[in-house]
Amino acid sequence: MTPVLELHDAALAYGDRVLWSHLDLAVERGEFLAVLGANGSGKTSLLQAILGLQPLSSGRVVVGGQPARRGSRLIGYVPQQRRIDPLTPLRALDVVGQGIDGHRWGIGWPSRSRRRVLEQALASVGATAYADLPVGVLSGGEQQRVRMAQALATDPQLLLCDEALLSLDLNHQAAITALLDQRRRSHDTAVVFVTHEINPILPYVDRVLYLAGGRFRVGTVDEVMTSDTLSALYGMQVEVLRSADRIIVAGVPDIHVHTHDHDAAVPT
Amino acid sequence: MSTWQRIFDFRDYGQLLPLVHNSLIAGVILGVVCGLISTFVMMRDLPFAVHGISELSFAGAAAALLGGVSIALGSIIGSLVAAVIIGLLGVRARERNSIIGVLMPFGLGLGVLFLSLYNGRTANKFGSLLGQVVAVDTVHLGYLIWTGSIVVVALAIIWRPLTFASTDPEAAAARGVPVRLLSPLFMLLLGVTVAVSIPVVGALLVLSIVCTPAAAAMRITASPVLVPVLSVLFATTATVGGILISLGADGIPVSPYITTISFAIYAACRVTGWVRARRGWSRRLDHAVAVAVPDLG
Repeated sequence: MTPVLELHDAALAYGDRVLWSHLDLAVERGEFLAVLGANGSGKTSLLQAILGLQPLSSGRVVVGGQPARRGSRLIGYVPQQRRIDPLTPLRALDVVGQGIDGHRWGIGWPSRSRRRVLEQALASVGATAYADLPVGVLSGGEQQRVRMAQALATDPQLLLCDEALLSLDLNHQAAITALLDQRRRSHDTAVVFVTHEINPILPYVDRVLYLAGGRFRVGTVDEVMTSDTLSALYGMQVEVLRSADRIIVAGVPDIHVHTHDHDAAVPT
Repeated sequence: MSTWQRIFDFRDYGQLLPLVHNSLIAGVILGVVCGLISTFVMMRDLPFAVHGISELSFAGAAAALLGGVSIALGSIIGSLVAAVIIGLLGVRARERNSIIGVLMPFGLGLGVLFLSLYNGRTANKFGSLLGQVVAVDTVHLGYLIWTGSIVVVALAIIWRPLTFASTDPEAAAARGVPVRLLSPLFMLLLGVTVAVSIPVVGALLVLSIVCTPAAAAMRITASPVLVPVLSVLFATTATVGGILISLGADGIPVSPYITTISFAIYAACRVTGWVRARRGWSRRLDHAVAVAVPDLG
């Protein structure tokens, strides 16, 4: 079976600053890939490239056998956790609906069959209870479930999550990651999860893509998350400590060149 | 005559009413156009931009008055120039606010200069700044009908993607919505709306029908269908109601009546929303949490 996502000799550079280059990667159906790296290492840009919103400097991105393009129905996208304004005139159901037909021209009319689809999507993430509530009054964790339902509403083959757990409490982090794992098992959806913090997703991760200083490393958690590998990537001594179910990385330099909005946030 | 009587005077009302037939039609059109556009003004957090556009539109109108050309034309050119500048230079909220803060006094200053140089009737003078005493001639009405139709049809076409781009730009872009195209397009529609509202309510008071109606609606509902419907209803109530009440008033522009009705509706919605949030939503939320907890496991 063809991989859901392929990168062939991909490179991305802003001017003469190379974020990553010679990146070859294939993500299979149902696989859970964590994308880790320091601030400004190009994690979010990688997602933008897969979404067809950021052209590569060289190489190719292939999604479901086709070159990456804007608005692909094969991809679901869960953006960074960000509070939705309390006065937003949308209910949870409407937010999910945007994932199905929010991009289409015209006004759009409600129908019973559409509502059924939306209710099913909300049910699949355990959000039925607040389907008709204004999305702005929901808690951060509830909003993130609704965003997941939106991303999954078209039953994508590939789910991209960009810091989807940021500023959620531990209970909600566990609930959301468990849902992701459940989904990839039931629907064979591949998950590419960009994060600062591997621990909340550690039980589910199949492979890790670690980006640092223009270089990268792909492999299982045991292969990549070691003192030797990360020290080689960063070109300086980095300590990786492992306890039963946690990984602690010490001594990673912060690269303050290209800052995204979330880069200022403290890992949870 | 007492001040009160100058503000509210309904003698000879029956004879006056046929005279404002056109004004009332204009009021309905403005109510519909502004009610719809205000939904997106609120969603996109643009009230300050509306103010910036209206000030430059006022400068355009004043320049036209001085130059002896159509005020409507001057007003719409000023509006569109402002909308394009704000749309191009103010992509991020913070940049946008500083651009508007810079443009606004410049536009208002230009307008004051042109008005001071103008030697014609004073009634015309401050009309575009503070609103007119009821009078909408047929020429203006025809212009209002076709510009209003353009805005409403354009909004209907981009309604869904614009809503998506306004509420969650990142997810919208990922779904293929042309977020960067919609933003300047909406600014143009907003510019046209502001320009056609100015002759009636005045540049300084445009916000009362381009921001307040949806702000009020969003206090009492989160339904994406009800918000624009209520917003149109509120805006139309304000414009038509304002025109009807101002009818017998002695030399008072229609604007204070419109702004007062609009504000009263907002105040009522705010109170209703507050009561509802305390009772309705919080109670349903408790229920929602109680149901959701077993899934967390």
